[in-house]
Amino acid sequence: MSVNGTLIQLFHICPREMWLHTHGINMEHTSETVYDGKLLHETSYSQRPEKYTEITLSACFNNIPLTGKIDFYDAKQKIIHETKRSDKAEVAHEWQAKFYIWLLLLNDIPDVQAILEYPKLRTSTTVQLTSYDIQHLTNTITTIQHLQQSDKCPDKIKSKICKSCSYYELCYIEE
Amino acid sequence: MKKSYYLFNPGRISRRDNSLKFTPVDDLGTEGAPRYIPVESVDNLYTFGSLDANSALYNFLGKEQISVHFFDHYEHYTGSFMPKDFLLSGKVIIAQTEHYSNSSKRLSIASKFIEGAAFNILKNLRYYNNRDKDTSVQIDTISQMAPQISSAKSIEELMGVEGQIRLTYYQAFDLIINDFEMGTRTKQPPSNEINALISFLNMMCYTLCLDMIHHTQLNPTISFLHQPGYRRYSLALDLSEIFKPILVDRLIFSLLNKRQIQTQDFDHQLNSCLLKENGRKKVVKAWDDKLNETIKHRSLGRNVTYKHLIKLECYKLVKHILNIEEYKPFKAWW
Ligand code: SF4
Repeated sequence: MSVNGTLIQLFHICPREMWLHTHGINMEHTSETVYDGKLLHETSYSQRPEKYTEITLSACFNNIPLTGKIDFYDAKQKIIHETKRSDKAEVAHEWQAKFYIWLLLLNDIPDVQAILEYPKLRTSTTVQLTSYDIQHLTNTITTIQHLQQSDKCPDKIKSKICKSCSYYELCYIEE
Repeated sequence: MKKSYYLFNPGRISRRDNSLKFTPVDDLGTEGAPRYIPVESVDNLYTFGSLDANSALYNFLGKEQISVHFFDHYEHYTGSFMPKDFLLSGKVIIAQTEHYSNSSKRLSIASKFIEGAAFNILKNLRYYNNRDKDTSVQIDTISQMAPQISSAKSIEELMGVEGQIRLTYYQAFDLIINDFEMGTRTKQPPSNEINALISFLNMMCYTLCLDMIHHTQLNPTISFLHQPGYRRYSLALDLSEIFKPILVDRLIFSLLNKRQIQTQDFDHQLNSCLLKENGRKKVVKAWDDKLNETIKHRSLGRNVTYKHLIKLECYKLVKHILNIEEYKPFKAWW
């Protein structure tokens, strides 16, 4: 099993969510959020494709296969653009972006930056990769790999974000 | 919000862009005015009259995740068209199979289903006992039988207890329901109004459970209480045990006692009794309304529909078989 950008992001939101996702326990996509996300993608940056390319990357680190798909990469300026709906999981988005920068680095493309854009909020954040971050990512991918192989589902995080998580009902239904 | 559509008349259904086009056709082959149903609004279809459709339509329904349930002229459920599984998880299937093939794990889940059913049955009996219907004999008998559920050593024994509980429960129907007699439970064909309603609504409950299972990772053919293969989707039978008292039986009591359904809504033959078309429409309407009623859920703190309770039950089962949390059957708290 490989580790990808989605798992990095999910892991930073909630390890349980990542575990459920990785074991194929997905919720129906009936909610508007999916549709909304698609729409955002289609409408906000329709002028983009000429300038940016979509790239798929892979690498192997400590015997752990890594993969990632970057939708908007500006090769000239060395900038990754990521579009997000809300900044609720901003930290998780940042780690995902750092993971992509790292993947590029592992493919001998140094000095890349990422810009996280929140069109709905009209804000953006710039992300860079430090050596400390690389250490964190190294630990993270090891933990993710353990979780992928583990039969034990991590505990609920009992956080405010649970209410808007697609697993809310699965996690919190009791009797 | 998506909803169920019930097609009572015979006719032809086809695809028209992103809508379903239903053209009623009467016995003489005369076409009526077509109806268009936008596909995004369709959860599933129930067909009671004969339906003409081609494979292009079923391909379309399959892609849109719409199931179709069929009933014959005698109100028997005859089968379903189910879209290809769309939420598969190898992990869940393997775990579900494991819980089926390990006899103690299987028995433990099966007994939870009966435990939930018995609790909900007692809830109904107590409700009426508090309202001038003396069901105390049945309450006592069933309460005494309840400990046998957890001590049962085999599925057969468990089924035996279940049968006894149900028999006792049905004896109370004549006490609860005012102007009708049920006598003994007869299925094929039902011999009187109450039996006809039970048979019909039990099938509706079964198909509802089947639909709900289909929206989760559970495999509907692997069951715990009923023998898999007894009916193709036997897990739906397992789940409906828990919900029949709350959804089906309560509805029957109120339909008859409030005289929303009366003798003239049935077609009485020599030894059978079935709903007439008009009666069936009334029952289906009341069923659908019931499913869309909401209650505030205790552990979720949200309003959920009765229908949704079944999907939540599936989530609990998923957690149980993945060893996340032990399964506790649904027990009506209101
Ligand atoms: S509901 Fe909460 S605990 Fe459950 S997966 Fe989502 S974030 Fe994690």
